[in-house]
Amino acid sequence: MSVLELRDLQTHFFTDAGVVKAVDGVSFSLDEGEVLGLVGESGSGKSVTGFSILRLVDPPGRVVGGQINFRGQDLAALPEREMRALRGNKIAMIFQDPMMTLNPVLKIETQMVEAVRAHEKVSHAAARDRAISALDKVGIPSPAERLAAYPHQFSGGMRQRVAIAIALLNGPDLIVADEPTTALDVTIQSQILAEVQELARDTGTALIWITHDLAVVAGLADKISVMYAGRIVESGPTDAVLTAPGHPYTAGLLGSIPGHGRRGERLTQIPGMAPNMAHMPQGCAFGPRCPHVSDTCRGSAPQITDYGTGRGLRCHHPILAAEGAA
Amino acid sequence: MLVYLLRRLAQSVFVLIAMMIVVFFGVYMIGNPVDILISPDATPAEIEETMARFGFDQPVYIQFLKFVGNALQGDLGRSFVHGEPAVQLILSYMPATLELAALGLLFSVAIGVPLGVYAGYKADRWQGRAIMTGSIFGFSLPNFWVGMLFILIFAVQLQWLPSTGRGDTVEVLGMRLSIFSSNGLQYMILPALTLALYKASLVTRLARAGTQEALTQDYVKFARAKGVSETRILFVHVLKNIMIPIITVLGLELGSMIAFAVVTETVFAWPGMGKLLIDSITTLDRPVIVAYLMLTVIIFIVINFTVDVIYTLLDPRVRVKGEAA
Repeated sequence: MSVLELRDLQTHFFTDAGVVKAVDGVSFSLDEGEVLGLVGESGSGKSVTGFSILRLVDPPGRVVGGQINFRGQDLAALPEREMRALRGNKIAMIFQDPMMTLNPVLKIETQMVEAVRAHEKVSHAAARDRAISALDKVGIPSPAERLAAYPHQFSGGMRQRVAIAIALLNGPDLIVADEPTTALDVTIQSQILAEVQELARDTGTALIWITHDLAVVAGLADKISVMYAGRIVESGPTDAVLTAPGHPYTAGLLGSIPGHGRRGERLTQIPGMAPNMAHMPQGCAFGPRCPHVSDTCRGSAPQITDYGTGRGLRCHHPILAAEGAA
Repeated sequence: MLVYLLRRLAQSVFVLIAMMIVVFFGVYMIGNPVDILISPDATPAEIEETMARFGFDQPVYIQFLKFVGNALQGDLGRSFVHGEPAVQLILSYMPATLELAALGLLFSVAIGVPLGVYAGYKADRWQGRAIMTGSIFGFSLPNFWVGMLFILIFAVQLQWLPSTGRGDTVEVLGMRLSIFSSNGLQYMILPALTLALYKASLVTRLARAGTQEALTQDYVKFARAKGVSETRILFVHVLKNIMIPIITVLGLELGSMIAFAVVTETVFAWPGMGKLLIDSITTLDRPVIVAYLMLTVIIFIVINFTVDVIYTLLDPRVRVKGEAA
């Protein structure tokens, strides 16, 4: 059963320089216990998509269209009070920078207990017990003592663990993780990845893992959606997308990752840079950087096309089709 | 922490010494107290005799050294006018001023913090703008005028509160205080409000700026993502973060409130230190003026010291740095 279904989500920023369509028609769905890797460069709209699901986009940004169906409820149309009751309860979020997400002047205990008591009428002691078991679950040693500590007494990795523990407190159906390992050391990164994967599997929690790092999602996600300039350009099962990318952009991303089997080979890079979202190019947004660009691409923006087995592509000249024809 | 406190203490001693020099020479440059102390038709012999009695015939540096010597023993001279030791005289006026300043401080926090936090929360809306415009009045209206206006409205027209004087006092810890008697408290409300108005505006602006900044922080967004209510975000998450600059400024302002409540005390005929200072200046009562200024310095030093200690309670990060030092 699907936990979350985004349909044609539109989140725009109304700036002085004009309307920026940070998210421009994003659709995907997520089943129980499924892990979706939302991949893209900085500014591709992947984080804004995550914040849109929780309706936490800061002004001047606003969700202006589309549906966010969460267990049959359209979050985009939900009153703020009911939305607050879902946040941290049924839908939790983990942020990118663990140094900034915890309030520096409040004890861990305060910050965890309030997350429980915002949704349930339980005693402080009961909420505290739940906090201890959540900290224990994410691998924080002697959790009962650590509750009395302040965030600055933890390392970055430990803080992110605390943030994950907070996300787990109320047993959510969905966790949106916005690049939670980007700010961490590689060793800590892989530990946290492994732990989150295990936790999601054990509890049946669906997970949206937002990242710019394809290597991170390779071992974690069931399926991948690649975003470019506010749109999903390619989506499909992780293995299929990573072994046979259909969109030139995905292929470019994969080509720029150094790997074991590629010693001595030159890393490829995608020429140019992500477009200015306030002045999008005519036709296909990736056109100016694409090796396969044609007049068709400059003339009209491609629509998302279904290629079966859960694969979707937004390209006039997909690599997939070219190989099929050959 | 101890090292840090000791260092602060040493700094304070230097400030005291510097103040002693400035105050003593500054005050002893102006006027001749003998002219006021004795009748104009006194004989030169009588003048000589008075000068010698108060030590005015000595060179200035001898007078200064004597002053320092006495000051170290807690003796800042004897009032020419009242005949009492100056320190004792000021201390007997002090409780009235202290309680007024304390209530004024309470008012300015109670008014300023909620208004400021709300104005920061609604920064782009009319509510926030209205509060900010209102705070300009708090800044710019002169104290004596506000005091008289309050008397006119609340004492004369509405007759809710008494206008001048101190009302009943209760003896607490050897000090006579109005704040603990309901009658005395009524007398305090108007002068305390007058005193608080400027500080309340200041606190409002500080709280607003702090709130606006804090609201853009990730920890606020994260608290929202936890489903915490907006009220709790504002008055727990944000408030605790913005209290540090507010306490700093209020600490300094408390000093100025105690030391310079002169105008307000005069308008409301409040028998505090400010009124004593004004009276002493008009009678050129040097020891009282000097003692008053020295006590003011000590008050500022004590308050700054206290503020530093409060920091460590408010901000756990300072606590750790202090321990490491």
